[in-house]
Amino acid sequence: QGQFTLLRDTRTDGSFLVHHFLSFYLRAGCKVCFVALLQSFSHYSIVAQKLGVNLAAAKERGQLVFLEGLKSCLDLLFGAEEQPGQPSPLQFLSTSELRALFDFVRVSLTPADGDSWKGPVLLVDDLSVLLSLGAAPVAVLDFIHYCRMSVCCQLK
Amino acid sequence: LVFTEEDKYGLYSNLLFKCFLAEGVVCGHDLFVASAKEHPDNILKELPAPLLDDTYGKELGDEAAAVKSEDFQDSMKIAWRYQNLPKMEASPTTYTKFGHYYDVSKKMSPELCQLVKWHSFYLHEELSFEPKMKAWNMNSGYARLLQSIQKIISREGFDGSDPQKKPRNILRIGIQSLGSVLWGDDVCCSDTPEDPHSLTKFLYVLRGLLRKSLSACVITVPAHLIQNKAIMERVTNLSDMVVGLESFIGSERETNPLYKDYHGLVHVHQIPRLNSLICDVSDTKDLAFRLKRKLFTIERLHLPPDLSDTVSRASKQDLAGSAKLLSSGCGAMAIGKKHLDF
Repeated sequence: QGQFTLLRDTRTDGSFLVHHFLSFYLRAGCKVCFVALLQSFSHYSIVAQKLGVNLAAAKERGQLVFLEGLKSCLDLLFGAEEQPGQPSPLQFLSTSELRALFDFVRVSLTPADGDSWKGPVLLVDDLSVLLSLGAAPVAVLDFIHYCRMSVCCQLK
Repeated sequence: LVFTEEDKYGLYSNLLFKCFLAEGVVCGHDLFVASAKEHPDNILKELPAPLLDDTYGKELGDEAAAVKSEDFQDSMKIAWRYQNLPKMEASPTTYTKFGHYYDVSKKMSPELCQLVKWHSFYLHEELSFEPKMKAWNMNSGYARLLQSIQKIISREGFDGSDPQKKPRNILRIGIQSLGSVLWGDDVCCSDTPEDPHSLTKFLYVLRGLLRKSLSACVITVPAHLIQNKAIMERVTNLSDMVVGLESFIGSERETNPLYKDYHGLVHVHQIPRLNSLICDVSDTKDLAFRLKRKLFTIERLHLPPDLSDTVSRASKQDLAGSAKLLSSGCGAMAIGKKHLDF
């Protein structure tokens, strides 16, 4: 509850921890918003299956909100013109503004009526991709701060 | 996405690049070649010819015969501790049938090349970018390349979008010297480039395209020119596999007697970990390459025995670091009898 954990790996690969947390929180019955920027949905899904969790089913029943960065950016760049009322969460590719991403996170973790999940969880894999894609470090820090405030403090 | 760091003069990375494309021709895959340096038509004319199995087998057979004559079966007297370790296989044996081998002294015949469908992208012949791409906020050369790749993928059905398309094939994408000034990017020129994000954005979108389709890509980059460490790290993070080539030309290692059999080192910085929790790390991390008259081989770094009279070698300090990494085996045995510790 109200915890912010930063996973940092140097010269090695810490991604197994991401898989662990994902399956851990899903099994605990929490509502999870997973911003997956580095790998595709099928990669996480296959590994989660090995750990005993079915991501597709979690998505169906609304427990998991999955933002697949790689796919969304292709839709954004090569797809049809976007609707004006619904800015893509990956808008920062062109505008370097992380606001749309934060709104996406906030909306997906706000409990809807009829939701019986335990506390909301936000997982981001990983933040350095945001830097690679043009967001300034200050913007990324702001994003973290906003997420922390809304997820940890307001939504608990 | 295989990312190759070029060696200083680009000789060997070019060779690897051509072997990758040649493999595509031999396997019947479609090819997409992009370059800002050489026209893709010229690149394709210079692909190495595949070695027919019998000629390669003969060459390897000669080598194997030479090795056997030294008779490793004799029990070792001084280094008896190492008796039980498996005999180190330095070069690929005839038993591994994965892939093909190429004869770098001969060019691939044009008839063979014509059997596969290939697409090319030569930056200087491309039209200037379309207005929609302005929203991408990326170097125009890269943006044009991405558009071109995406068009080919969707037109030829590599992304499975059209179920009626003929039997599925793989697209091999080769991009030469990405990030160099010829692409209009100054990431290789200064520590603080004007647009530090173009290269990484390009790689991210390329990764998305590769994940969504049946394609594989090899990129060569003059990494020794990129001074900004943060960019190199991000680039490494965004690629699946990163291999660096370091050639000995012009460096002090060329005259180092330890490396006399080899032309350079291969550094494997990252291995792909797709669809699994961790990756399979091989038992040895020291690889070197050599360009023989016909063959370009990558072998485990095998230090010859230290038979000199001097007590210590001048290069010991340099090697101390890499010596620790060498797995216990023939390599450790060769460092010097004085350093063996029982």
